[in-house]
Amino acid sequence: MRYLICSIALGGVATVATAQTELTLWYHGAGNEVESEILDGIVSDFNSGQSDWSVAVESFPQGSYNDSIVAAALAGNLPCILDVDGPVMPNWAWAGYMQPLPVADAAIEGHLDATVGRWGGEVYSVGLWDAAVALYTRQSTLDELGLRTPTLDNPWTLDEFNAALETAKTSGNYDFALDLGMAWTGEWYPYAFSPFLQSFGGDIVDRSTYLTAEGALNGDAALAFGEWWQNLFTAGLAPGTSQDPADRDSGFIEGRYAFAWNGNWAAAATLDAGVDDALFLPAPDFGNGSTIGAASWQFGVSATCEFPEGAAAFVEFALQDRYLAAFSDGIGLIPSTREAAAMTERYAQGGPLEPFFALSDAQALVRPVTPGYVVAAKVFEKALADIANGADVADTLDAAVDEIDADIEANGGYGH
Amino acid sequence: MDRTLPASQRGSAMASRLTISNRAGWGFALPAFALITIFIILPFFFAFYLSLTNQRLISPNPTQFVGLENYRDLLGLSVITLGPERDENGAAVLNELGDLTYPRVRTVTRNPDFPQYRGMREWFRWRSGENARVVIASDVVFWKALANTLTFVFFIVPLQGGGALLLALLINQKLRGINFFRTIYFMPVVISIVVISLLWRFIYDGGDGLLNNILGALSFGLFPPVDWLGQPETALGSIIVMSAWQAVGFHMVIWLSGLQTISPTLYEVAAIEGASKWQTFRYVTWPGLRNTAVLVLIVITMQAFALFAQIDVMTNGGPLDSTQTLVFQAVERGYGKQDISGGSTISVLLFFIVLLISLTQRYLTRDRS
Amino acid sequence: MALVTKENAGLRLVTRYAVLTLVALVFAFPLVFMIISSLKPDQQLLQDTSSLRAFLPVGDISLDNYRAAFDRAPIGRFMLNSIFVTIVTVSMSVAICSLAAFAFVYMKWSGRDAALSIVLATLIIPFETIAVPLLLMVSRLPWIGVEGVEWGWLNTYRVQIVPWIVDALTVFLFVQYFKDLPRELIEAARAEGASWFQVYRRVVMPLSGPVLATAVILKSLKMYNEQYLWPLIVVQDEAHRPIMVGLGYFFQLNVAWGELMAYLTLISVPVLVFYLILQRAFIASIASTGVKG
Repeated sequence: MRYLICSIALGGVATVATAQTELTLWYHGAGNEVESEILDGIVSDFNSGQSDWSVAVESFPQGSYNDSIVAAALAGNLPCILDVDGPVMPNWAWAGYMQPLPVADAAIEGHLDATVGRWGGEVYSVGLWDAAVALYTRQSTLDELGLRTPTLDNPWTLDEFNAALETAKTSGNYDFALDLGMAWTGEWYPYAFSPFLQSFGGDIVDRSTYLTAEGALNGDAALAFGEWWQNLFTAGLAPGTSQDPADRDSGFIEGRYAFAWNGNWAAAATLDAGVDDALFLPAPDFGNGSTIGAASWQFGVSATCEFPEGAAAFVEFALQDRYLAAFSDGIGLIPSTREAAAMTERYAQGGPLEPFFALSDAQALVRPVTPGYVVAAKVFEKALADIANGADVADTLDAAVDEIDADIEANGGYGH
Repeated sequence: MDRTLPASQRGSAMASRLTISNRAGWGFALPAFALITIFIILPFFFAFYLSLTNQRLISPNPTQFVGLENYRDLLGLSVITLGPERDENGAAVLNELGDLTYPRVRTVTRNPDFPQYRGMREWFRWRSGENARVVIASDVVFWKALANTLTFVFFIVPLQGGGALLLALLINQKLRGINFFRTIYFMPVVISIVVISLLWRFIYDGGDGLLNNILGALSFGLFPPVDWLGQPETALGSIIVMSAWQAVGFHMVIWLSGLQTISPTLYEVAAIEGASKWQTFRYVTWPGLRNTAVLVLIVITMQAFALFAQIDVMTNGGPLDSTQTLVFQAVERGYGKQDISGGSTISVLLFFIVLLISLTQRYLTRDRS
Repeated sequence: MALVTKENAGLRLVTRYAVLTLVALVFAFPLVFMIISSLKPDQQLLQDTSSLRAFLPVGDISLDNYRAAFDRAPIGRFMLNSIFVTIVTVSMSVAICSLAAFAFVYMKWSGRDAALSIVLATLIIPFETIAVPLLLMVSRLPWIGVEGVEWGWLNTYRVQIVPWIVDALTVFLFVQYFKDLPRELIEAARAEGASWFQVYRRVVMPLSGPVLATAVILKSLKMYNEQYLWPLIVVQDEAHRPIMVGLGYFFQLNVAWGELMAYLTLISVPVLVFYLILQRAFIASIASTGVKG
């Protein structure tokens, strides 16, 4: 065994020949072959294109990636370059796991706002893509129910949206009017549903200070959101928290749901499955504008890395439009730049997923930029699940506020 | 504890013949004792220390010693009394069902006049005369998790232990092909509980799940579909049934090994005496299974208190906290919410609760001879 | 007792088999579902879950999921890792734990009762609750290897093995069993001048077939099926990952259900085979010793 490792190590040295410094890169895409292939392609282009740095990739299953990083950080074993989910970055930066990423301004010029992660006035992470959520439906559904097609400039209002759901329900043609994806626990809840709350006029925390959730998460707007949210489930408009994950994957495609609130990553599969009149509609405007969540996976550099300039060199290299386009074509994500979008099959002008680029560009609102987000997101998820299951709205939101405030206090204000 | 420390109690004749052998004794026990000390006991003491601090999993802030504050935050309980709502004439206001109405608990817990109740939430309430007595807790989820864990243990022990014994009796016959059946019954045991939980999500699905389909077919459509994991009334029960089903084959094998050590002559004697089947079980089989029973009881209890994977995969503690458990909460706080001191506090409390229960079990199952 | 007529006996036999079969169905159906599903494409698999078709190999049946699963994850590597870690841990475990149990039951030494109480008390510490302290510790432990002392156990097999060798349950199993062995045998062997180790090796262990089988089964299942959280936090390189961490490879944004079922079926095979082999030894050893009761 040991002999084998030695020989492999020697082989590695022999092929590199020049004195490249090795930088380890941790990535969340284990099990996704296409994604891994594209990343490996970028890495080998980078390694052979210059003589200073050599990047080596280690991939992790996404579901447990954050746990792996935190464990490695506790054990003092972080790699040089790591990828980080946008809203989590401030937590790691504040904790001292990450250092600012010294990329040139020119490299990130013109990128979608949410694909550049900033904390404390510095750039910490940069993403090759963003993700967006849309209201999936079919043209035939709208026709059948006699509904107008909402647009970015003129999205559905709260009343229109409610009426659409009611009409779908009373038509009797669907198991449920709306699939929210309640089967996807975890980050999906705050990512997908906190924009509803924001559109009502509330928020997860008070973004003016980031020191409390009082008023934001349990004020009148939040209560109105909570009542509306609860009604979706008590009125039988949407499947609840016990939704079978398989139904989430196939329900809309099979025509059992009239509408689905889903991400752009599921769009290609929906089209491929033969839903050829699929529509990707913007989020309804509940009174305070129409918004969707933003910021996806991004690259950053760990605090213990001795060569941040090497990490930055790699990130700048990876930010080339052709790679952004390759990722987009491969796994269906939204490229960070217009130029790259134009090079893709789906997001280019007239492509089937073009609406998503517009959504990202026009509606994206990042989740609260605070180290406290990680905990607040968990609290928010539980509150939404509880309300969906019939808990008292005001009491549940109060309790969520108390828990978020207690956490902020226990962390000394998270540096705000 | 005497059951586990047999030699010293089992007569001094033994001790005199087997003279004291300190060096050999420690020598034999040392590898095991050292490993358990390093990899379980030391980390546990570290967890105990963490429970006395405000340590976060991720934080640049310095750790402070906070004494028993974490314990107070978890265990804080109070009872408040709410008088019914009255109109201006002082008559109690009734709702449309004719019941008394009460002011909301938040009028007390979010009231600056009662800083001592700040942040507490209702756990449960009862009526006493016209008034409502409300038990409020500073950590309702913890108390619910404790109650659920105890409920789980209370039901799973007889269900799994008794079911396994029935299976063992069923399978302990001389029949062609009995090995085949034994293997089938054991099969769920060899599959990881995570995998089993994933499969059972399909089975328990509220709309067109397998269980609803089967029950519907058996009752000719009279049985309405139930959202097994989606309702607070059925979620924990569903998890109990699945957990019992998964591990019952394992305990069947333990019972079976106990059954096969009972001497056949005892059964012959019972047959000659004309004992009924029940009498044979009661006076021959059951006494012969004493040690096995203790083992099965303790193993099931310990595993039941550690309930985690099923919850993590199937319900995440929901709906409405009806499947929260202590270990799930310890993990959720320690890792998910980065509150490692809070998570450790639950672990320490769990340790003492289980210690108390297992000492009681040992006392109740001790040798009375 | 009434005379048993031939028809009567036949009827009883049929009833017995009927009961056995019915119970078997209750235990087999999720596994049949798993195996059958592994042969179907996702779309059909999900549609079939709502009817009895879920248990029947009907429709578009193929081994495509298996091929795809092998492309997605280094399954062979994961299985070898798990099997290796399991074999090493289990064999060391039964040796060390039985030795300790022997000392606890048969030998008299100062501190024995206290030591046993402490060991048994650890039975009630769930692993999840000590994972972080343990992680901090193993990341700083020394190891003496061929190239001298190295620090930190992360990304190795040893970090997946050594902390798991001794557990209270295995010790407890042996203690309970040893207590019931006839003491005269041990005393006689000692009187004839056998050393303690000879008594353990030649007298006690040969009589311990049933408990060995039980301990091996229990520990193996734990090591093979339940190692998730620990390897997740101490192993970062793919080369050392076990099967349960590999499960995560199949949970992408949209789960590849068919491949997942194929993976689950594959990783379950070694355990089933292992149990079938051990079952014979298990039953045989019980029958042959016949020392209890």
